[in-house]
This record gives sequence, C-alpha cells and structure tokens, in this order.
Amino acid sequence: MNRTLSASAALTLVATLSLALSGCGGGGGFDGESAAPEQEQTGPVELQVLIGSSGPAETDAVTAAADAWADESGNTAEVVAAQDLNQQLSQGFAAGSPPDVFYVSSDLVASYAANGSIEPYAAEMENADDFYPNLRAAFTVDDTYYCAPKDFSTLALVINTDSWTAAGLTDADVPTTWEELSAVAEKLTTDTQVGLTTSTEYQRLGAFMAQAGGGLVSDGTATADSAENVEALNYVKSMLDAGTMKFSPDLDAGWAGEAFGTGKAAMTIEGNWMIGALAADYPDVTAQFAPLPEGPAGPGTLTFTNCWGIAADSQNKEAARQLVEFLTSSDQQLAFADAFGVMPSVQSAADPWRAANPEAAAFLDQADYAVAIPNNEGISDVVADLNAQLESLATTGDPQTILDSAQSNLEPLLGS
Amino acid sequence: MSRRGANKSGTRSNETTAGWLFTAPALIILGLFLVIPVLMAAWVSMSDWNGRGSPFASTVGFVGSDNYRQVLTSEGGLQARDFGTAMRNNFWYVVLVVPLQTIASLYLAVLVNRKVLRGRGFFRTAFYFPSVTSSVAIVLVFLFLFSGSGAVNQILGWVGINGPNWFADPRGVLQLLLGTVGIDSAPSALLDHGFLSISWWEWLAGPSVAMSALVLLAVFTTSGTFMLLFIAALQNIGGEIEEAGMMDGANGWQRFRLITVPMVRPTLFTVLTLGLIGTWQVFDQIYVGTQGGPAKTTITPAYLSYTASFQQQNWGQGAAIAFILFFVIVVLALVQRWVLRERTTVSRRKRYLPAQTGGGQ
Repeated sequence: MNRTLSASAALTLVATLSLALSGCGGGGGFDGESAAPEQEQTGPVELQVLIGSSGPAETDAVTAAADAWADESGNTAEVVAAQDLNQQLSQGFAAGSPPDVFYVSSDLVASYAANGSIEPYAAEMENADDFYPNLRAAFTVDDTYYCAPKDFSTLALVINTDSWTAAGLTDADVPTTWEELSAVAEKLTTDTQVGLTTSTEYQRLGAFMAQAGGGLVSDGTATADSAENVEALNYVKSMLDAGTMKFSPDLDAGWAGEAFGTGKAAMTIEGNWMIGALAADYPDVTAQFAPLPEGPAGPGTLTFTNCWGIAADSQNKEAARQLVEFLTSSDQQLAFADAFGVMPSVQSAADPWRAANPEAAAFLDQADYAVAIPNNEGISDVVADLNAQLESLATTGDPQTILDSAQSNLEPLLGS
Repeated sequence: MSRRGANKSGTRSNETTAGWLFTAPALIILGLFLVIPVLMAAWVSMSDWNGRGSPFASTVGFVGSDNYRQVLTSEGGLQARDFGTAMRNNFWYVVLVVPLQTIASLYLAVLVNRKVLRGRGFFRTAFYFPSVTSSVAIVLVFLFLFSGSGAVNQILGWVGINGPNWFADPRGVLQLLLGTVGIDSAPSALLDHGFLSISWWEWLAGPSVAMSALVLLAVFTTSGTFMLLFIAALQNIGGEIEEAGMMDGANGWQRFRLITVPMVRPTLFTVLTLGLIGTWQVFDQIYVGTQGGPAKTTITPAYLSYTASFQQQNWGQGAAIAFILFFVIVVLALVQRWVLRERTTVSRRKRYLPAQTGGGQ
C-alpha cells in the first residue's frame, strides 16, 4: 500500500513537472516555428533597438536620433545599450523575440545569416548605392547583401608630433613606403621610446599583408600562406628584430593607443577612434594622422565596420528598415560622427566630414582601397588562433609556420 | 517521524502525502531550473540547433555524437585543438589550485584557531575577506598588481628579480624550468604523439605565466571560505585529545599530522571535492580578466563552451563541451572519493598488537 502511495505521489510529481514544462511551451519559448509570425503590424509600432555602445556619448546620440525618427514617423523606438551584445542577441534569437534593430559586426554577419536570424533588407534601401562598395561587401554573404553599414573605421599611421620634431623630422619625412617607415622608426627610437608600436593581431598586421598584396581569403579561396603574406610578416619581424618596433604588451600597455599616449612609442597604427581616445585620456599629446605607407603592391589598410541588423523574426521589418534609412542618412551619420567620432559609411557625407575634421582626413582618404576582415562563417575562430600565434612573432615565431597553420585552419571553412 | 505515525498506518499514509506536499516546492524548483534545463542541454548537445527559435522545433535535427566527435577527435581540426588546449590549461590550474588552497586554508585555520593568538577575530575576518568580495573586483585588482610595472614586479625588483609581464606572457612555466636545465626543444616522441589533438610536449608546457597569476588569484580568494570549514572542524576536536597527545610525548608536528588531520578528514574530503568541482568550472576570472589570452593559454572548457555558443553560434558544440566537462568532474570526484575512503583495517606496520585488526581510530 505504501508503495502504491509513493507511486501515485511520483505520478503527481511527473504530472506537475510536465505541466510546468508545457507551461513553458505556452510561453512561446519552446513551441517551434510559431514564434515567428510573418504578418506585418499596421499602425504605430514599437521598435526595440539594441546597440553595443562605446559609451554614454554614443548611447545618447543614438537615442536622440531614434527619438527624432519616432516623432517624425509617429512610431516609437526604444534604444537599449547592451552589456554583452552577442549574448543578449543570442538570447533574443533563441526565444524568438529578438530586438528589431541591432548592431552586427562584419565577422559575425555570416553566422547570423547562416541560421537565418537576420533579414537581408539592405539592397532595397533608398540610399543603397550611397554606401562604400567595400563596406557593402563586408556584409554580403553568398551574394546576398544583408545589412547596411552604420559607420566605419580605417587604420592610419598615428605620429607623435613632439617626438617627430625632436628627432629632426619634418612633414616631408612622413613615410610613404616600407623603407621610409623603417627609416623613421629607427630615427624615432630612443632609450625611453620605441619608433613604432601596434598590437599582436591580424586586425593590425593584416594592413601590412594588404600592402604586400596578400590577404587571408581571395576570391573564395584560402590564401593565408601566400608569399605576399609571408613577405609582410617578414617585414614586420625585421622591424621587431631591429628594436625599432615593439608590440604594445611588451611596452606594458593595454593597447597600442596607451603605449602611444604615454610616450612609450612615437608612432602607432590605429583607427580613427584614436582621435577621441587621445582627447579624453592624453590631452597633452599632439598627434598627426597619415595614410599607412605603401607596400610592394601599393597602398593598403584594413577597415572595421558594424551594420544595422534587422531581425528576421521582427514583426515590424518595414518600420525597422525606415528607421535604418533614417539612421544611415548623410545628415544623421554626420551627427553621429560629431557626437562620437565615427566615419560616415555613405559617400555623400565624405566631403562635409572632411571639412569638419580636416586633421583626420587621412582615415577617410584610405576608404576606397581599405579591405574588411573576411566574413566567412567561422572565420573569427581562425583569426583568434592566428592572433594567438602572432604573439610569438617578436620572439620565436616564424612567419611561414604561423601562416601555414592559419592556412590549414582556413581551408576547411572555405571548402565546406 | 513520531512514534504515533509508526503505529498507525492510516496516519502514516497521510504523512507520506504531507511529506511530498512539503517537499514539492523544492522538487518543482529543482526540476524546473535544474533537471529540465540539463535535459534540454543534453538534447542540444546532440542536435544541430543553431540558436534561432526553439531547439525542439521540427527543423532541428538529431546529429548523434557529431558535436562530441568535433571536439574530441582530430577530425574537428581547430575546434578539437582549442578543446585540447582548454583541457590542458584547466588541468594545470586544478593540479596547482586544489592542493595549494587546501593546504593554505588548513594552515590559516590552525593559525587562527590557536587560543593564545591575540586579535583572533581580526585575523579571521581579514582572511575571510577575499571570499566575500566580488570576484570581478578582485580580478581587476590582480590585473593591476600583476601588470608589467605593477606592485608585484616592483617588489620582485627589490630582490633583483626582473618579473615577467604576467598577464601578457604565454610561456609555459614547466617549459621555462626545463629551459633552465638546457631542455628547450621537444623529443620527437613527445611532439608526434598527443592527447586530445595537442601534443604531449604542449601538455608538458605547464600553466602559462598568465595562468599562474590566475592560480594565485584563486588560492587567494577561496582559502578564506575553506578556512571557515576547517575552523568549524577544528573546534569539534576536544582539547583532551590534544592533551592526550602531549602526554604521549608527541611534538607539535606529530600532533598535527596524527591527530588534527585525521580528525578533520571529513572536512578535508568536502574541501577537496568542492575545490575540484570549482576549479574545473573556472569561468569568471577568464571572462573578466584575460578572455582566454595570451596565446590561448587561459582558455578553459567552461569559457570555450561560452564562446562556442554565444559568439560562434555553435550551440551543439558548446553544450557538448559542457557535458564532457561534467563527466570529467564526476569521474574525478569518484576517483578522489575512492582515494580518500576510510580504511577499516589498520596497516600491519601501524598495529600495536600483532593479531588484532580494526579499531584504528
């Protein structure tokens, strides 16, 4: 009798648990595809905008812009700054209730495209042709152009003007070739200061590969171990061996900008975020920005960009696209540039931006030939592994070995 | 249970119902937030779910052990090597942290349990303080302490040691030591063979300098917690046992080794088990402090599971890593239980009377 009683109790328990489970199902999390209704809502809509903000200035500017659009269109748009954008987006996608509009970086666009999380809306935009072609390419996966770039950055040579004049250099000495870069780096190297610094990652050293005519992926095939890439890393290694270049961790700096700002390095290779960082953290340092020197294959630099993604599961895709059109308009991008120092992703905003930021023109001048990090699915793992190995470049690392291993990691991605 | 319940079966059945009723909230909460999520994760680890919509939707397919094979066998390429590296890193972390924190906490407990110590309350609070501080805050403090020009290297500088740039140094400590005795390249036997897709030579690298700093951090933060457990155990040892030891002529070290340690053995078991589980799951120090760098020497399975899922959208693989980690912990906990089991017989060497067995304690 006792046994039957516990059996019934166990049954009750199972029933309670399955009730709880089905309760979850009713909540919309676990009941399949029904969480993604396709019909558009009519009338005023409420948009959720999730951004990975660099700070209050960016959050405030985006909020103000979204409010302006809301007033104009009669809808509402709520901007939320994410603590951890990827994690919060993943939760939204899994639950079937993602934010309508959000930032997507170019290295993740393929993962989100592969699982159908983001809507390929960008080709239908009114201002679609105004965006830089290489930025459009960064968000194009398998010939589908997914999302509109919200702004971009390029790498340039940042020069400490005080050190420059102290070393007896003039404006005519600003390096335009690798040989000249090595030469000025040597002149700028003193007991307390190294000529050039940057971080040990493909996101910086890849610029040298571009100048040598190389890259990780070209025309859909893996070319990490190409002779051009080896040449680029050999060139970097020659400066490291000469002691005229050091990586920022070896200068005890969290990033290259810190090494530059604290005077441990006279030049660095960084993006246009340096302008804001210098103004905020090192107001006494005067800097000059120059395009990166040309390599054997001509000029080259890297570009970094995020886009405005729209969720495929959004119920207000039409309104979301209008909001993105508003946010990427020339005027609005110039307002963002003014507020938090980014470069507009549309060509029509280039001249006004140059007029407003004459000292930073070098960053925008490189826009036409800047290449983005390849966006193949899974590439971020390969780049992370390459970066881990590049850390050894200053000591024992051999460029050919490093690039061979990157090649073997890259081939399976592109083959499949 | 009262005696009345044992006599009358009717009341007893009521009590059974009441028992289930009273435990129901706990069971439901455990089921809802532990058992069901675990079962869901088990399904995800064997599916090709890609992070969009429900993992139980009809479009999600069953892929069997594919995700496990991706990380465990060499056919996974980069993923398998990352997992091997993570296991290597975490193995050395556990091997160092568990003994060090156990010894440190027992030592601190004995220290603050001494009756002659002035200001015992102050020291207990001081040693326990790191345990109640947010681990994120402590990680940030350690990042500053162990920076290239930080306090630790300044102090090392006083004694003429040129300290490393701790959190940026990927060199393996064991290989550095081997380098000092002239072994700086691996024999091919170690390079050509390996375990979990990385060579034995890479396993032998030991923890990186960066990981060593995290080991110190872990010992610093957890010793206080375990010290508390040991203090409780020490206070259960009656003074007369200690006195008996003194009467028998045992010196301080003998009393510690032959009386104190055996008497706190249950607590020792608890501390070792908790330490083993906690160290295999190390995540927040990595997430806040190093993000797996330098050169992937601080990635751990828990962190890898997170990045595979949330950054690469490889949810199946992330869940598979979590389950492999779970099995590693269970197996090691069982091994440790077996090693620390109570021996019912006393070894021949320790017996007082030749023929007698048992009654060692």
